[in-house]
Formats: sequence, C-alpha cells, structure tokens
Amino acid sequence: MRSIGYLLIGIFFGIVMFKSEAASWFRIYEMFQFQSFHMYGIIGSALFLGVIGVQIIKRKNLKSFFGERISFTPKEKSFSRYMYGGIIFGLGWALAGACPGPIFTLIGAGFLPILIVFIGSLLGTFLYGLLRKKLPH
Amino acid sequence: MEWIFEPWPWYVSGPLIALIMFLLIFIGKQFGMSSNLRTMCTICGADSKADFFNFDWKSQRWNLIVVAGAIIGGFIGANFLSNDLSVAINPDTITILDDLGFNSAGEAYLPTEIYSWEAVGGIKALIILLVGGILIGFGARYAGGCTSGHAISGLSNLQLPSLIAVIGFFIGGLVMVHLLFPLIF
Repeated sequence: MRSIGYLLIGIFFGIVMFKSEAASWFRIYEMFQFQSFHMYGIIGSALFLGVIGVQIIKRKNLKSFFGERISFTPKEKSFSRYMYGGIIFGLGWALAGACPGPIFTLIGAGFLPILIVFIGSLLGTFLYGLLRKKLPH
Repeated sequence: MEWIFEPWPWYVSGPLIALIMFLLIFIGKQFGMSSNLRTMCTICGADSKADFFNFDWKSQRWNLIVVAGAIIGGFIGANFLSNDLSVAINPDTITILDDLGFNSAGEAYLPTEIYSWEAVGGIKALIILLVGGILIGFGARYAGGCTSGHAISGLSNLQLPSLIAVIGFFIGGLVMVHLLFPLIF
C-alpha cells in the first residue's frame, strides 16, 4: 500500500519539476544571472509554507498518516563539509543545469543525454565514498 | 483547464513542492533525492570498495520508488501535459546565451548545444555533462544533501547546516556561470 503512495508522490514530483521548468537548464542559468524571479519564487514559496508547516507539526505534535510520531533529525553540526560540498554541488548544478530530482525527471521526459549526467553523478557519489576519510568534514 | 498545458507559474509550483515534502513527512519519510545515488552505488556493489556504501540499501527502497515515479512524472509532463516545450526565459538572458553560442535559448527546454546526441558526439559536450554530473554527485554527498534535502527540507526545519550548504550552492553556481562559463563556452 505504502509503495503506491511513494510512486504517486514521485509521479507528482516529476510532473511538478517538469512543468515548473525547474528541470530546465535555462531556468537555472537565468536564476544565477538574477534575471528572473521564477526560481526564487518557487524555492521561496515552498520554503515559506515549509517553515510554517514544520512548526505546526512540531508544536501540535501531529502524527503521521499511520499514527506514528513525526521526528525531524537535526543535521550534524559542521561548517566545512556543508560549505565545500555545497560549492562543489553548485558548480555542477549550474554546469549541467540539473539537480538530482530533475535528472530523473529529464530521463522520463526523453532527454536522453541526461543519462551522461546521471552516470557522472553516480561516479561522483562513488568518488566521495572513496575519498570521504581524507576530506575535511 | 488550458493552463495545465502552459508552464506552471512559481506560485503554483512552489506550494506544490511544499505539499510533496509534507506528503512524505506524513507518510513517515524525508524529502531528499540525492541519497538515492548512494543507494544505487551500493546496489552496484560499491560496498566492497568503501564502507560509506556499506548499509542496508533495502531501507531506502521507498525512495527508489519515488525516483521511479519522478521518471514517470517527467514522461507524463513532457508527453501529455505540454503543448510547447520551449522555456520563455528573460530576453536579456537569451541575448547573453546567444553570445555564448547557445542559439537554442528561448526555443527549447534544454540547450541542444549540449543536450543532443549530435552535440554529445563532439567530445566537449560529453565532458561538460559528465563533469557536471560528477560535481553534482560528489558535492551532494559531501554536503549531505542537495536542493531537496537542504534547500527545501533542511531550511524548512530551520537547520543552520542547510543554510551553509545553500549558500555554498549559490557560491558554486555563481562562480560557474559568471567566471567559468566565459572560459568554457
């Protein structure tokens, strides 16, 4: 039952990524040129509602659909891993014009050269796994 | 209903992304796409090469189902919910891109100068896409999340680490577009 829920949420997510044009290389470029409000509006409005909703869940102790407790795991404290990792991710995001969610959406949309970005992202993840202990976290 | 075939404005798309995050929260999970890349590495046998991949990937099967959905959603969005795939970006942006050699700006969903098989056949585009992917995968895991995990989930939960990561995303993106693009293209 839950699997169908995950699948439907994924389909919905894929449609939103495609139709919002957040999966378009051009929109990412335009965002980094500060020449449109579109991407900032998407992220900003999602965040505005996200912050309010998370606060409500925490204060009212809301339960999940299955009656379970909802817990938010805090991210571990650090500066370097988030800053260095973030910069490396940002370089790739702007170059390929896609982040991990849209990579999958674009495969489905039929832009098959995105598979090269996908293979690269697996290689990058693997490389991180190999080098992790040598990197400042 | 005609609007559904047009590009969706930010004030529709943003709230829908928040809705997706809350659906996952209320189903007992967290919104984050890049961790799937780690799961896929483990499935491909990376656990024999580094401990980082040594975990019970089946605990992440739910997220792989979300990925399968995202692929299907992309198919539906492109084939059944769109009349015109061109992205109407700012005319000033189109001018800048034309100067860089991206003549498909304003006429396509993705630049055909890098995202077409003809382009990929000329090694430069292939390297751009591959390096872009490597940076995305490496950076997302190093930072412990990507746009969904940090910029949406993490910031919604007011996490300082996510703010640092998102500032990093923007530093990286701005350096790429403003300093490196003129050298690459």
